[in-house]
Amino acid sequence: MYQVGNLVKELTEKHGRLRESLMPILQGIVERHSYLTDEAMVEVAKELDISAAEVYGTASFYTFLDTKVRGKYVIRICKTITCSMKGKGEIIETIEDMLKIKVGETTSDRMFSLLETNCIGWCHKAPAILINDLPYTELSPEKVVEIIKGYMHK
Amino acid sequence: MINLTINDQKTSVPAGSTVLDAAKKLNINIPTLCNHPDLCIAGNCRVCLVEQKGARTLIAACAMPVAEGMDIHTNTLKVRNARKHVVELLLSEHRSDCTKCYKNQKCELQSLANEFAFGDTIFLDLVEDHPYEIDRSSPSFMKDDSKCIRCQRCVRTCSELQYISAIAVANKGAHQKISSFHDRPMSHVVCTNCGQCVNRCPTGALVEKTYIDQVWDAIYDPEKHVVVQTAPAVRVALGEDLGYDPGERVTGKMVTALRQLGFNSVLDTDFSADLTIMEEGTELLTRLKKALVDGDKKISFPMFTSCSPGWIKFIEHKYPEFLPNLSTCKSPQQMFGALAKTYYAQKRKIDPSKIVSVSVMPCTAKKYEADRPEMRDSGYKDIDYVLTTRELAVMIKQAGINFRNLEPSHYDSIMGDSTGAAVIFGATGGVMEAALRTAYEIVTGREVPFNNLNITPVRGMEGVKEVTIKIEGCTDDWKFLEGAELKTAIAHGLTNANKIMRLVRQGKSPYHFVEIMACPGGCIGGGGQPIPTSMEIRKNRMKAIYSEDEHMILRKSHENPDVIAIYKDFLGKPNSHKAHELLHTHYVEREQY
Amino acid sequence: MENNTGLNKVDLIFEKIDPKEVLTKAFEMTNEQIIQEVLESGLKGRGGAGFPTGLKWKYTASEKDPDKYIVCNADEGEPGTFKDREILDRVSYKVYGGMAIASKAIGAKNGIVYLRGEYRFLLPQLMRELELFHKMIDEIGYDFRIRYYMGSGAYICGEESALFESIQGDRGEPRNKPPYPTTSGVFYKPTSINNVETLVTVMEIIKHGAKTYNQLGTKDSRGSKVFSVSGDTPTPGIFELELGMTVQQFVNEFGDGDTKAVQVGGASGFCVPRKKFNETIIGFEGVPTGGSMKLFNSSRSMYNVLHNYLDFFAEESCGQCTPCRVGCQQLLKGVQNVKKGDVKSTYLNELVKLAETMKVASKCGLGQSVGNAFRTIVENFREEIIY
Ligand SMILES: Cc1cc2nc3c(=O)[nH]c(=O)nc-3n(C[C@H](O)[C@H](O)[C@H](O)COP(=O)(O)O)c2cc1C
Ligand code: SF4
Ligand code: SF4
Ligand code: SF4
Ligand code: SF4
Ligand code: FES
Ligand code: FES
Repeated sequence: MYQVGNLVKELTEKHGRLRESLMPILQGIVERHSYLTDEAMVEVAKELDISAAEVYGTASFYTFLDTKVRGKYVIRICKTITCSMKGKGEIIETIEDMLKIKVGETTSDRMFSLLETNCIGWCHKAPAILINDLPYTELSPEKVVEIIKGYMHK
Repeated sequence: MINLTINDQKTSVPAGSTVLDAAKKLNINIPTLCNHPDLCIAGNCRVCLVEQKGARTLIAACAMPVAEGMDIHTNTLKVRNARKHVVELLLSEHRSDCTKCYKNQKCELQSLANEFAFGDTIFLDLVEDHPYEIDRSSPSFMKDDSKCIRCQRCVRTCSELQYISAIAVANKGAHQKISSFHDRPMSHVVCTNCGQCVNRCPTGALVEKTYIDQVWDAIYDPEKHVVVQTAPAVRVALGEDLGYDPGERVTGKMVTALRQLGFNSVLDTDFSADLTIMEEGTELLTRLKKALVDGDKKISFPMFTSCSPGWIKFIEHKYPEFLPNLSTCKSPQQMFGALAKTYYAQKRKIDPSKIVSVSVMPCTAKKYEADRPEMRDSGYKDIDYVLTTRELAVMIKQAGINFRNLEPSHYDSIMGDSTGAAVIFGATGGVMEAALRTAYEIVTGREVPFNNLNITPVRGMEGVKEVTIKIEGCTDDWKFLEGAELKTAIAHGLTNANKIMRLVRQGKSPYHFVEIMACPGGCIGGGGQPIPTSMEIRKNRMKAIYSEDEHMILRKSHENPDVIAIYKDFLGKPNSHKAHELLHTHYVEREQY
Repeated sequence: MENNTGLNKVDLIFEKIDPKEVLTKAFEMTNEQIIQEVLESGLKGRGGAGFPTGLKWKYTASEKDPDKYIVCNADEGEPGTFKDREILDRVSYKVYGGMAIASKAIGAKNGIVYLRGEYRFLLPQLMRELELFHKMIDEIGYDFRIRYYMGSGAYICGEESALFESIQGDRGEPRNKPPYPTTSGVFYKPTSINNVETLVTVMEIIKHGAKTYNQLGTKDSRGSKVFSVSGDTPTPGIFELELGMTVQQFVNEFGDGDTKAVQVGGASGFCVPRKKFNETIIGFEGVPTGGSMKLFNSSRSMYNVLHNYLDFFAEESCGQCTPCRVGCQQLLKGVQNVKKGDVKSTYLNELVKLAETMKVASKCGLGQSVGNAFRTIVENFREEIIY
């Protein structure tokens, strides 16, 4: 769990306090901390003068606005048809072996979370993943190991 | 006007009407589920599908605005097949254990199933694929997700009518559900327990928490003396659950029925409503005096009424900085409760530990209120069980009472007397009117200057009403109020309450005294009242309340003989030390999530 | 096949142009002239639904409210589509230019690009290019501003009214229609919402003129469009092709010699089996597509394909309306049970009927189009679905 501190205030300064500011604010929190804590959502609700249930309702609609604990680096593997056909299974196994977590889990040091997602728009270079915002494509087990190693040493 | 045909019948309706409105005008029945007359259009259940000539898809009658020349058919094969599928799909996600369900025979989904989906369904059972939960945490109601059809009526109610949004739609796709903040128990979120969502839920997904069995147990326990009080709004609505039209008063029959159910004493919340007026009116005048004569800077206005527990919880969550503005008076239910186990026990020479105090209320929040830790000033739990109007109807049916044929009778004495002022507590503006009838007379020695005591400007369904009363001809004690204009406001439904609270927070409120009721229309539209509800139904109940008032001999709280007696024998005078001990309370600041 | 144009590669969308020149030309036209030009070009929306762009602009232009919006739909969530990413990456100035032309046509001062969260990595670059664009139109002396809103992973937000809800900070639940976006769109203001590629195409139409542009394509499908080609193909990628070819001609170019089916239009599109390659035209007269072309060879199980799509829809449905929320779950569980042999294969017929109901009873295009893939896969590859 992280402390939101002044982040929500900073984000509302930047994006405003209208209902339409909600998404950019939540996105800003996730960009910094990977997921939304209850505390963060309540803070946002207070700042925008809307109910916390609505903040949660909106956040939980969007796959990337996680309300469960996530690691610093969120790995999302595309599970849609082309990636599935082109070796997504192998990539998952490789990452699961390497990080000792299953899909849906987070490493105990809170560095990595492994999730599946729907088509991320790189089907011609399948299989593809996102690590936080960055796409990695045309993956092989070897390639993905190298990529994740890079994040471990970041 | 827009011309269209439905099932080859011509009609014309105003622009902006929906196909559903037009069908109603032609007396053509189109089934609906997510649609509710109090709420904005959702168009999500898709039960109301009809065929529009030339359209690629079927259309949702509730959501489709009429257009010139539309040619609608409501009963084609395509429509029937689609409707059947839709109802069956809903059922496939739904735990259909009707025989055990509280809503059995009162459920809109069940009626639709009865019309469209009897016999075998082709669909697979999806219930076990969903991690459905039942939330029993609120003392007022239960939320059973396995009965929920996602019509979002509750969500719209909570946001549009109540401005709370304690519940919202969460997740998407197959996981979509109605959820509190991060699935917290309803007892631990901003929910006011008003039960407005319960009142509009078409299924058994939101139902009041029932205490019927506990009340029967008490009645059958020979050791116990069971007293029951009935709130003003119950008598004008109970009939709806027993086969009467909305707006029929059944006061006398209800009293007889309660006696037949076996309650030892049938008493009236009206008594403590009158008492509330004495206490609250005195409190208002004292506050005015402190502020105007003594220059006490700590007294701030407006003073808010405090008889609606849903409203109390709202302000505790949302505007806690104004808790000092709330009247310290308990609600009539709780005043009654505190006195039942003290004054009444003494008078009747009954051991208060043997008394079981039951109240019949139009309200689910009252169940919560009775559970508040503050509500034990008698030394016991002041109110043991709260039943809604709906639960009382169930008990009457369970007992096999033929309600229509009952002889009307009168409440028992000691705390059974009532005035017209107390009766109108049940409608928005009623507390204000009752308070003005008494306070004006205290201050001027004369009756309020309104024809036949009917302070009509405070009445009616407008969301926020403002009324200014000029005080003239004060008696010597109240000379400081001579010529003053008492500014009042009245709001019902928490969305309207919130409008006033915004003004107050911005420092723009001109008011001295504000009446707020959590439910639309006041208690007559309470969350515990018979289902369905609509503006029309509430108006009929309201009419009944005012006609009950007109038919009373006593119409002012301070004339209630039982009230006069209790001050003489027990409490001393309004706002006395004893009154404070038993009839007043304090409030708690709560979190805003 | 009279409409058949054959497979012809075209280079318009990614063609390097001088945006200032095109915009200056456009701004010299009246808004009616722009709308007329776009109408004449025959351009239909490239986002999938294929509504005539000129008509959409005409409706928006005719609205009285002076506060109007041009929204660029860059949510590109349809499985198998990735052309909008490439367009934004390579020629975002043409997207902005198309928005400016649209704004002139409809009378909007504000533009919004709604970019899917999966493409957030592009944002810094897009913002830099946007700054240059703003500078350029300032130089021309045209008063117009574009801002970005980001999605966060929800396919349904590509549906126009869901997209507006999302911009407004809400759950992306599609609205009831009418009212249509042209009268009540983002912030409930008159809005023209157009796909990334549609907007770029407008730049090309203004540059080359409608008469030149509508030489390309067929009567029902004018012009060219960018295809996202993936699956079992030796040459996956992005290709701009003239509209009006048959699936067979497409497969001749992109197939691996063993193509048994092409999914045209993504998960919400249609599955064309080998036996229908010859008779099926890619375009509005045949199978329409937002650009997604997925090829499957004979090593693939069409059951897996169908299962993957249904899983996708069951997850990505917004969940508000009954036919779609529950229907997707029923279709998914239904084919699983057919595959396992838990129910008879004739159960597929019931499921096809359900898919028909979803088509006519769902609130938005998502639920309405789930049946496309379902029906075409089940009809053509029944033996692969059953136990
Ligand atoms: C479920 C669903 C998803 C959609 N996704 C997209 C999308 O990602 N991009 C897009 O341009 N249009 C998408 N559309 C179509 C849009 O609703 C809209 O028709 C389109 O943006 C209009 O632009 P156009 O006329 O230029 O094609 C989608 C429609 C539906 C029903
Ligand atoms: S909610 Fe209605 S349909 Fe469901 S079990 Fe209860 S009575 Fe039956
Ligand atoms: S009881 Fe009232 S406050 Fe609570 S969820 Fe229902 S409508 Fe909202
Ligand atoms: S709880 Fe009741 S009112 Fe709310 S969505 Fe479910 S069925 Fe509808
Ligand atoms: S069809 Fe599906 S995506 Fe569209 S509104 Fe209905 S549930 Fe939502
Ligand atoms: S299927 Fe994986 S990126 Fe499209
Ligand atoms: S009643 Fe019309 S869609 Fe629900």
